[in-house]
Amino acid sequence: MYDITVIGAGITGTFIARELSRYQLSVLLIDKENDIANGTTKANSAIVHAGYDAAEGTLKAKLNVRGNELYEEVCKELHVPFKRIGSLVTAFNKQEMETVQELFERGIKNGVPQMEILDKESVLKLENNLSEEVVGALYAKTAGIVGPWELAIALAENALENGVELLLNSPVKDIDKITDGYSITAGDRKIESKIIINCAGLHSDDINNMVNSASFEILPNRGEYNLFDKSVGNIVNTVVFRCPSEAGKGVVIMPTVHGNLLIGPTSEHVDSKTSFDTTLEGLTSINEHTQHTLKQISFQNVITSFTGLRAKIRTQDFIIEESKESLGFFNVAGIDSPGLTAAPAIAEYVIELVKRRIENIEIKQDFNPYRRPNIHFMELSDVEKAKLIEKDPRFGRIICRCEHITEGEIVDVIKRKAGARTLDGVKRRARPGSGRCQGGFCAPRVMEIIARELEIDITEVMKDSLDSYILTGKTKQYQQNK
Amino acid sequence: MLYYDIVVIGGGPAGLAAAIEARKNGIEKILVIERDRELGGILQQCIHNGFGLHIFKEELTGPEYAEKFIEELITMGIEYKLDTMALEVTKDRMITAMNSTDGMLYIQAKAVIIAMGCRERTRGAIRIPGTRPAGVLTAGTAQRFVNIEGYMIGKRIVILGSGDIGLIMARRLTLEGANVLAVAELMPYSGGLTRNIVQCLEDFNIPLYLSHTVVNIEGHDRVEAVTIAQVDERFKPIKGTEKKFECDTLLLSVGLIPENELSKSAGIELHNVTGGPIVNEFMETSVEGVFACGNVVHVHDLVDWVTEESKRAGSSAAKYIKGQIESNCKTIRLKGRNGVRYVVPHQIRLDSTTQTVELMMRVDNIYKDIKLVVKSNGEVIKEVKRNHVTPGEMETIKIDLSKLTLGYSDEIYVEVAKEEA
Repeated sequence: MYDITVIGAGITGTFIARELSRYQLSVLLIDKENDIANGTTKANSAIVHAGYDAAEGTLKAKLNVRGNELYEEVCKELHVPFKRIGSLVTAFNKQEMETVQELFERGIKNGVPQMEILDKESVLKLENNLSEEVVGALYAKTAGIVGPWELAIALAENALENGVELLLNSPVKDIDKITDGYSITAGDRKIESKIIINCAGLHSDDINNMVNSASFEILPNRGEYNLFDKSVGNIVNTVVFRCPSEAGKGVVIMPTVHGNLLIGPTSEHVDSKTSFDTTLEGLTSINEHTQHTLKQISFQNVITSFTGLRAKIRTQDFIIEESKESLGFFNVAGIDSPGLTAAPAIAEYVIELVKRRIENIEIKQDFNPYRRPNIHFMELSDVEKAKLIEKDPRFGRIICRCEHITEGEIVDVIKRKAGARTLDGVKRRARPGSGRCQGGFCAPRVMEIIARELEIDITEVMKDSLDSYILTGKTKQYQQNK
Repeated sequence: MLYYDIVVIGGGPAGLAAAIEARKNGIEKILVIERDRELGGILQQCIHNGFGLHIFKEELTGPEYAEKFIEELITMGIEYKLDTMALEVTKDRMITAMNSTDGMLYIQAKAVIIAMGCRERTRGAIRIPGTRPAGVLTAGTAQRFVNIEGYMIGKRIVILGSGDIGLIMARRLTLEGANVLAVAELMPYSGGLTRNIVQCLEDFNIPLYLSHTVVNIEGHDRVEAVTIAQVDERFKPIKGTEKKFECDTLLLSVGLIPENELSKSAGIELHNVTGGPIVNEFMETSVEGVFACGNVVHVHDLVDWVTEESKRAGSSAAKYIKGQIESNCKTIRLKGRNGVRYVVPHQIRLDSTTQTVELMMRVDNIYKDIKLVVKSNGEVIKEVKRNHVTPGEMETIKIDLSKLTLGYSDEIYVEVAKEEA
């Protein structure tokens, strides 16, 4: 029997699992998908918010500000890209300037440091590609950008290094209460655990309802994004918001940690938790919005579009609590924005709740907070590059032409704990296929490397999920030649 | 630091022809840098025939065509490095490259010939809505899987785009037992060669839907269905014209883009229509001593024209090294207008050694019974009759430079004009 089972390996679940790995506990992290971070964590705005959005006194406000503070250290320990580039909430008329003022005041109440209200001139000085129509903005210097799935993958890897076990492709089908805990049916496995932490994101209501009465409902909300080529990555320097309206924080224009430009999201209630499709209307509306905010932008530079589903709930604030009906069953639900920012603080908060349930948890003396950094060959100096190739010739072979990713880097991300097993898994960790050609040239080579390293047939290499096969078999000609 | 007279970046048909021609013109120290595991470039995956009709007067497959050049290169003893990536080219013709055996390579060249070819436009670039399952891939990637790796990529297939690779793959996949359900083309005409429409679609009864595009992709793990719809004259899908195909694969053949990241690193000026370097009749770019040829300059339909163009780049680089290219000549700009999208070369230097120049161009629509007219200063320099021109097929016109020196204009236009009855 495990002490604790964390259901859901998104940003919240991996932060909690890693936090739990500091203690002498047996911890299992399970997910229904074929990789870490394959739900909402892989498709969101990647923003670490300053904390002026949520109303004073809410969990969202508290955990946002605390989470923001914690980002620097954890990203340093795990070697995950994080840049504190600041954010602007831009106003385009007098009324919006009033909103900016309100946000500023709310930020002060929430304890957000380093904010100021900028006039038109100062905004344009900071962001000279913004439309001249801008009249002012709220500038929050503590806002930042991060690689969300890279962070979740790094957290999972570090948690595994510290003794957490991982079980992928194991959708939870049923949970039964047993004498001193729970029996979980996950995939074809039966797992017993004293404590369950439900971080199932979009499906957290389904998981809750397996044990408890339906106290909340997840309302999936679709957000569509356009990702642009690096050639326009520097069109903005900060995270540029429009003034929030009832529909949410609106479409955001921001650079990514890798130097691309990301524009989105739309906000649309959808009925299905699997509505991961982009729509013509959505992608068009992003473009229209952008035209009003920026002086100019060429949509020729879009390299891909994607959809993420936010796990919203009616009551709006995060639900982070032990179920009143089931001792040892903790819900961490309704984690929509600023969930990514709050995640490290959510983990802290959850640990405190767990400590009330299991007394005298002992700290693990040999907990190692550090993760071996990913190798980014192109960021090395020429001398270091030459040395590395001499040591391991696989670093001399470029597989991804657009992003200049070497075979050595790809092998490294496959061989790590919680390592890549699929084409998209490699892409999320080492970035081959993230460039202009979107894997057109490198996909066959990456698949060959995955097959070789995992000792599987190339036809068994999936794009992402367990059934996302890429090849359907050998050609007639190949069979004849054999 | 390594020193070469000429470094050719790219060992596809363009790079091979340029290197061979430079050697024939007396240049000894030549290096070809190729990022793939073999020479020949994309030709190696083009196992269909139809290559070499103009140059060799015979029908060859892609690998056969490539092999002729590879053999000649090897016989001549021209050096080449495989599995080697050029990372940067400077204005001073310093090249940084890398591979597994040499590590980091720093090469100083007297002249550089860039011949990196092109890449395919992707789903993201044309923003097709829908889910993002496995089974959406570009025609060229599919071609590599099928012809080089020996694996099939699907069973029921819809193709968007009627560019040549898409058409060729429609036939190839049908021969491999797949069911190609439809080819949809956004434009009211095909972007491919007429012979490919006939031999790859019509002969196999594969329907071609002109003025259609993909409006939705369905499927979570793997493509399950693709919906196409007719578009209006502004390319907007028309409601009510949707056709849904149950299928497992969507192939994209939606255009090729010259691959000029290295050219940008060298500060080479690019042309806004072709996406490739602006070149003069020597195939020299805006950076002195850096020449360009093949699909990196503009996308060709026939490899034979790539070879011709690349030979010119190779011999010009040789001339340059020998100091035989005159400097400070008067430069004339060439432009397409009224139906002609672009003209390569983009500039002609009135060098006393050049007598004729071949102009290559593409039109912007299908035209029947027209003339292609070359004009300078309002005066017609040359005109050629054409019964039928289409954007999918490159047009060439040879002009006599001696006629130019007479005029005072520094611009030449090529345009489509109606053939008078």
